[in-house]
Amino acid sequence: MNRFEYVRAGTVSEAVAALAADPSARFIAGGTNLVDLMKYNVERPSRLVDISRLPLDAIEERDGGLRIGALVPNATLAYDERVRARYPLLGDALLAGASAQLRNAASTGGNLNQRTRCYYFYDEGTPCNKRQPGSGCPAIGGVNRIHAIFGTSAHCIATHPSDMCVALAALDATVRVEGPKGERSIAFSDYHRLPGDDPQRDTTLEPGEIVLSVDLPERGFAERYTYLKLRDRLSYAFALVSVAAALDLDGDTIREARLALGGVAHKPWRNREAEALLKGKPATRDSFQAAADLIVREAQPQSQNGFKIELARRAIVRGLEQAAAGTPQSSSDKRIQ
Amino acid sequence: MTATFSPTGRDTYVGTARSRVDGPAKVTGLAKYAGEFAAPDLAHGYVVSSRIAKGRILSIDTSDAEKVPGVVKVLTHENRPRTAFLAMNYRDMVAPPGSPFRALYDDKIHFSGQPVALVVAEDFETARFAASLVRVTYEAETPATEIAELKDLAYDPPKKRSGIKPPPEPWGDADAAFDGAPVKVREDYRLAIEHHNPMEPHASTVVREGDGKYTVYDKTQGVANSHGYLTAVFGLNKADVRVVNPYIGGGFGSGLRPQYQLFLAMLAARDLDRSVRVVLTRDQMWTFTHRPDALQTVSLGAGPDGALQALKHDVIQETSRYEDYQETIPNWSGVLYRCDNVAMSYRLAQTDMATPGDMRAPGAVTGVFAIETAMDELAQATGQDPIALRLRNYAEADATAGGKPFGSKELKEALRQGAERFGWARRNPEPRSTREGRELVGWGMACGIWEAMMQQSSVHAALTPDGRLELGNATGDLGTGTYTILTQIGADALGLRMEDVTVKLGDTRLAEAPVAGGSWTAASSGTAAMRACRDIAEQAFRLARGLDESPLANVEFDRVVLEGGRIAVADDPARSMALTDVLRKAGVERLEATGKAAPDKDHAKQFESYTHSAIFAEVKVDEELGQVRVTRIVSAIAAGKILNTKTARSQILGGIVMGIGSALEEESMLDHRLGRFMNHNLGEYHVPVNADIHDIEVIFVDEEDKANPLGVKGLGEIGIVGTAAAIANAVFHATGKRVRHLPITVDKILG
Amino acid sequence: MLIESGSPVAADQRIDISLTINGETRALQVAPWTTLLDLLRERLDLTGTKKGCDHGQCGACTVLVNGTRVNSCLVLAVMKDGAEITTVEGLASLQGPGSNALHPLQEAFIEHDAFQCGYCTPGQLCSSVGLLNEGHAKSREEIREAMSGNICRCGAYTNIVDAIEDVMQAGGSR
Repeated sequence: MNRFEYVRAGTVSEAVAALAADPSARFIAGGTNLVDLMKYNVERPSRLVDISRLPLDAIEERDGGLRIGALVPNATLAYDERVRARYPLLGDALLAGASAQLRNAASTGGNLNQRTRCYYFYDEGTPCNKRQPGSGCPAIGGVNRIHAIFGTSAHCIATHPSDMCVALAALDATVRVEGPKGERSIAFSDYHRLPGDDPQRDTTLEPGEIVLSVDLPERGFAERYTYLKLRDRLSYAFALVSVAAALDLDGDTIREARLALGGVAHKPWRNREAEALLKGKPATRDSFQAAADLIVREAQPQSQNGFKIELARRAIVRGLEQAAAGTPQSSSDKRIQ
Repeated sequence: MTATFSPTGRDTYVGTARSRVDGPAKVTGLAKYAGEFAAPDLAHGYVVSSRIAKGRILSIDTSDAEKVPGVVKVLTHENRPRTAFLAMNYRDMVAPPGSPFRALYDDKIHFSGQPVALVVAEDFETARFAASLVRVTYEAETPATEIAELKDLAYDPPKKRSGIKPPPEPWGDADAAFDGAPVKVREDYRLAIEHHNPMEPHASTVVREGDGKYTVYDKTQGVANSHGYLTAVFGLNKADVRVVNPYIGGGFGSGLRPQYQLFLAMLAARDLDRSVRVVLTRDQMWTFTHRPDALQTVSLGAGPDGALQALKHDVIQETSRYEDYQETIPNWSGVLYRCDNVAMSYRLAQTDMATPGDMRAPGAVTGVFAIETAMDELAQATGQDPIALRLRNYAEADATAGGKPFGSKELKEALRQGAERFGWARRNPEPRSTREGRELVGWGMACGIWEAMMQQSSVHAALTPDGRLELGNATGDLGTGTYTILTQIGADALGLRMEDVTVKLGDTRLAEAPVAGGSWTAASSGTAAMRACRDIAEQAFRLARGLDESPLANVEFDRVVLEGGRIAVADDPARSMALTDVLRKAGVERLEATGKAAPDKDHAKQFESYTHSAIFAEVKVDEELGQVRVTRIVSAIAAGKILNTKTARSQILGGIVMGIGSALEEESMLDHRLGRFMNHNLGEYHVPVNADIHDIEVIFVDEEDKANPLGVKGLGEIGIVGTAAAIANAVFHATGKRVRHLPITVDKILG
Repeated sequence: MLIESGSPVAADQRIDISLTINGETRALQVAPWTTLLDLLRERLDLTGTKKGCDHGQCGACTVLVNGTRVNSCLVLAVMKDGAEITTVEGLASLQGPGSNALHPLQEAFIEHDAFQCGYCTPGQLCSSVGLLNEGHAKSREEIREAMSGNICRCGAYTNIVDAIEDVMQAGGSR
């Protein structure tokens, strides 16, 4: 871990100013990913701006939805009664991630900004375009069974590791940020980006911007939803593929479908064409399969992760079945419904 | 008759369930591990690891690191102090044939992650930071780490590793018998490379005591081994080095050999003339030993009834370029099953990785997975019940040892009890026949086997007038329960309460013991403890009898019992004396004795000794999504006398949990282009977590054995052996899909 | 030096903080990069809290911060200025000031043989206390899931769950 300055921010504007003053400064809140990365020398900030004491730790009602402060811990959010009642998809996704200890420490904003778990990104003994632009991507043709099948580039095939974000993508959340140029809102699907030619950038945050809150719209799909996560062990592991599915049904007919995938791309993966395809269709396996086929049509395998395409296809179908049946995946009963 | 330890013939403690005597120290955080001892002049070393796997160092620039305030020195191959010249001096007690790796020896890189510098600083954080500033340039060569591509270069190791059985000479004509057999199974089997990953990372604290003396706290499974290594490598007098390790945070074999952090800590301590601690990072736990990759082919020829006509087991196992590390892999097939035509081979292929090492049941985990999966395939091919098939081919003698009988083998009883408890009789033999909701349910079984071994060991016992007994033995307790079983043995032998007995372990000042491994500690150190205590008992008796007006006058030793802290005449309990009174009245400050144990050569000439197990596994598989859950395991163990049913059960549970990891999760993934393990952390190298582990039942089958006076055979390994095969066989039964390359991950169920 | 909101503290400065550790309030000077784990182990000789991975991937370093279980390896000590920390060495004292008796979970861990090598044990214990404080896990399945952030390589999982269930059924005390 490198040496750095420490600034404790008392207000948001102080935090923004402290960050703006130093281009290689980083905000720190829960620290669960940043401290980890600093010990690996992947992150070497010259300054840490401690935002953990900012008044951004409330969950508030807003426009029929909820405004989740950036500093709300993942565990607090997951167990919040309003979230459990109105946005159980979000709560379940949170509880599918990490461990109880990490969820107690990790913040909402930090969860958005966590970095990929690509082995090469984490290992400073190897090249990585995300860590060191232009050095190359040995994950391509290397050990890549956990890597992306959608939206990859010739420079990076990393995935975004969050579970929470997959649910937020499905729920059409908004990220409210503040920076040197003021406050703005970013649609969740625009918040994370694909690697393209500059994989060192994970999000569309501008330099100096801080996440203030994640805003949930009114619709929470609390009746028919699931977060289905498939991984290499039954807990405390990142997703190989995860599916956040939410349905609004009129009898057996799908009025609206939301579907986001985790573990498969540089960002939570949504395919609105597939969601549109489901609209008005009967909530049957055939409809779900058609949507799944449409989604995986554009998947591209790497040398070791071809199985993820079929896994994603099947997980989508199962996730939609769970949502339609109103039997969301339990986080403790590992039997998949 | 089962051997007993107390002269009364009645054991109070041995054979019962007793809580660990080191429990209070462990639950309060007071138990100290190697990297937790301090010294006023302690400096901290942080290792810089090579990013290439093969080649040489062109330059090391340490100037920026040295500029950091608090950095004491950066040691590299360019400035390291001299140590022993001959490779022989680096060979530890359990080294395989070859020339051991020497850290910072020269500019050559032998494996990825090899230590190339040690940054020593006043505190850990400064050392870690400065280590990030050491700049190394390399000339890299292309490494070779995929043994499947090195098969043609495989060779029969010219020098055999001590204690490791090479394959026996073939008997019969396996090839011809296989060709002519009505039923044939010939398949390739493979396990992923696994890393031990004890929870405590490897660490050594070298404390400079002055006058050229050192106390070394080392994470080791054998203080004597570290001691011998340090004296040989650094030319130190034996009396000047004390190696201590009262607790070890898990070993599983990774602490059998002195690892490079020990060398580096002493190197720096000698160079700087101060105390030095070196703790490896979790990532660096991938840089010194692992369960080796092995390519296995098992060929079984059988009659329609499943009776074996031919058995071949061929193995090519990975080793490093500098040592011929060897395990016993194919032999188990020939020990477990009777067959007239058997041929086994075992060869090595050299890779550019660190020398592999013993990991819990080395060789047996690997070989038994192959034979026990192949037997399941044969059961399927012949329509036999898997248990019936094993009974049909049941070996009553060890054909790999010229047909010598087993000292004891209650495997049939283990199979019977295990099957009954599991409910095996209700199994529908048809694969894919059982479904629960979306899940396919599979029941599989396998046998396990491990050699019951004994080594020379000694225990020192001292009884004091306060009625307290202290036992000392240099072996380590890796969580195996050694503190507890020696306490039980001592208490029963002298008729004391367990709380009156103190056991000291893990210190070269204590009576000599072998490394803690191979499941031999209970037999070896337990026997020595019992003998030391018997000696004390006899001394106390003589003292008592010699006292004026002794109640024991004119009594012989074989007529007395030691019970409740007293020596009494067996058939006249009114004639007795408290042990404390004996010592006080005789004016003796302490009674001491050293008990020794060694393998019984006469027994070994007549018998072969093994532990056995029958493992039954239930899996539930969501075939569509590739998720496998191990919902139930029953493991019936035949391992002689059980000293402590509580800690013994835990040993087996631990083996089973690691077996579940081996079956479903554990895999160190190599980038063969880089020769580097890429998932070198506990987030991406998956060991089982609590949610993975459901119901596990352990049964200990009665088994009488006479290889040692305790009748114990050891339990450290047997729990893991065969567990992965039982699970893989259950997965086959559930899905009809045979996975021969572990671990059974999602992709393999889908594929 | 004292910390002032908004003013950077240079890398070579030590920062004054106050932590209440196992009931004792201590004034400490720390570097910004010192983790709570390293502070406990290297500076305060509270080596009961273990370093198994140093990256939040094993749980051996679990302590309670204001009653909540966290991985102390990922916590910068400076950020917890003013917090109450409980480590394994302080579990006994949770039963009241000056109590030397083992915590019910410590007793249950011994009784159920919920450890072997003991290295993950302090983390398992603190995590179990945190689990009871949280009150979410009730069934064995839920305990298993909620304890999955604590790896035990010796494989004592079933015994750990037995111990926790035992204490839970006794209403937190045995």
